[in-house]
Amino acid sequence: MPLSDEDIREILRIIDESDVTELRIQTDGFALHVVKGARTLDPALGPAPTEQSPAPATEPTPAAKPPARASDDGLATITAPMLGTFYRAEAPGKRPFVEVGQRVEPDTIVCIIEVMKMMNSVTAGVVGTVVQIFAANAELVEYGQPLFEVEPA
Amino acid sequence: MKRIKRVFVANRGEIALRIVNACEALGIETVVGTSDADRDGLAACRADRAVCIGPAPASESYLRDDLVVQAALGTGCDAIHPGYGFLAESPKLAARARDNGLVFIGPPPEVMELSGDKLRARDGAARAGVPVLPGQEIGPDHDAHEAADRIGYPLLVKAAGGGGGRGIKLARDRDELDDLLTLARSEAAAAFGDERVYLERFVSTARHVEVQVAADEHGSVVHLGERDCSVQRRYQKVVEEAPAPNLDPATRNALTAEAVAFATAIGYRNLGTVEFVVDADSGEHFFLEINCRIQVEHPVTEAVTGRDLVALQLHIADGEPLGFGQNEVVFDGHAIECRLNAEDVARGFVPSPGTLSLFAVPNHSHLRVDTHLCAGAVIPPYYDSLMAKLIAHAEGRDATIDVLLEALEDLDVEGVETNRALVISVLAHDDFRRGAITTDWLERAIV
Repeated sequence: MPLSDEDIREILRIIDESDVTELRIQTDGFALHVVKGARTLDPALGPAPTEQSPAPATEPTPAAKPPARASDDGLATITAPMLGTFYRAEAPGKRPFVEVGQRVEPDTIVCIIEVMKMMNSVTAGVVGTVVQIFAANAELVEYGQPLFEVEPA
Repeated sequence: MKRIKRVFVANRGEIALRIVNACEALGIETVVGTSDADRDGLAACRADRAVCIGPAPASESYLRDDLVVQAALGTGCDAIHPGYGFLAESPKLAARARDNGLVFIGPPPEVMELSGDKLRARDGAARAGVPVLPGQEIGPDHDAHEAADRIGYPLLVKAAGGGGGRGIKLARDRDELDDLLTLARSEAAAAFGDERVYLERFVSTARHVEVQVAADEHGSVVHLGERDCSVQRRYQKVVEEAPAPNLDPATRNALTAEAVAFATAIGYRNLGTVEFVVDADSGEHFFLEINCRIQVEHPVTEAVTGRDLVALQLHIADGEPLGFGQNEVVFDGHAIECRLNAEDVARGFVPSPGTLSLFAVPNHSHLRVDTHLCAGAVIPPYYDSLMAKLIAHAEGRDATIDVLLEALEDLDVEGVETNRALVISVLAHDDFRRGAITTDWLERAIV
């Protein structure tokens, strides 16, 4: 069941108006994990990620192999192989490289990390299904920061 | 502060912590960029925020100007403080910061280019009327023998892209010069990306005396006195002090005036250090180089002038005038700093990384300790071995030495090897007490 941006906004609105602080829904091909007010970073520090972020226009270069770490619950974490600005799509308005529920192969591009106008594509490094996306589009991610959680096939 | 509200600290260890503390005192927020090995460091914990910019090796983190600028922009910083070492004197970082609208806390990239080219810096000093050592650039087609005969043996073969004691070789005669030149060129090309080398007279009874200068963006340049850093091993300083002991007042006046003249002539901005060699026998002095950074040994100048030099850097970078004239720089007492390093002196000074099972610095009057370490801290193997700087400040030189000796005796450190015993034997030595130290002394008399 592919969700539109409209659908996600509607879901978030409903959650926002409810009393729950955390919600996890998982069905076939769909997973949602929302945590309210749990940002670990002081929002006063760092600019808020904007939806209309600069377009990663140039051809991305492959990044160093990202480490896909296995965690205790059997899920693999794709971490940032470098510090930079995290982009879920090739350009604003384009479809994200991956969505929750999507199957990835080791060489599936999952995101781009920009360092000083250099676009570095990051591959999954693991076979499985994306169950969670941690980083927000156009936000600074640090080296080693968890980006995606994948349930290995 | 008008422009600077949040500073990105592009360094580690004690200097990163020093910068964080200076910013905090001025109400400036800090973001520390760490490597993977330094995530739990004290500077990262004390800062408002820390971001990991890359893996442990410095070449993949602390030496990456692209990551530093990206991280500074991404965390909403408006300035970058590079500390010392790593990218502190990189014109590339300074230019990249400026191009991206960030304030670089240091001189402009053009000045750093000139200062980093030791031949251009020599020329600039000579033009400003500052004495330079007899010397000459030796290109691949030049007659090195003719130049060397004019300079006289022994002489130094230096890399134009070197500095800070790197890229220097001693030739005692014509044969050694022939052997060294080709090697020096290829090493210089590999280490500095610049194969130019030059010959310079070697002063065998050399004292290393440097002058702290400060220049604002409105044309004011002052000096903050000199430091003597003659206790060195392989050009690396171990003990530094201010003022320089037994320095002829006329020489002191000449050094400080020339440092200001040179800084003015090259359009220097922010804090810098003009290094001189003083011939202990003849009393002559010569320009060596200018360093575009806060120095490791800056606390001794802070002690005797009563001024916070890192705060001064921030004020200058923010566009403020110095706020004081040369006649308001007054000196009080004597200050000596020693560097406590995690190294195994008995095994050729190899670094001694590890976990500090015990580390407690004494809390004495007249003593300041700059350190990023505490018991349980890990000294990673990737970086320099500086653990702490102990700075004593007292009325006279003898009393200052005594404060430092007592502090070193009372220091508790276990888990790694340190150079403590070496530093104690330096401070307790008669030659040091008499202030009769030249740059070859440590290796000749102690090691």
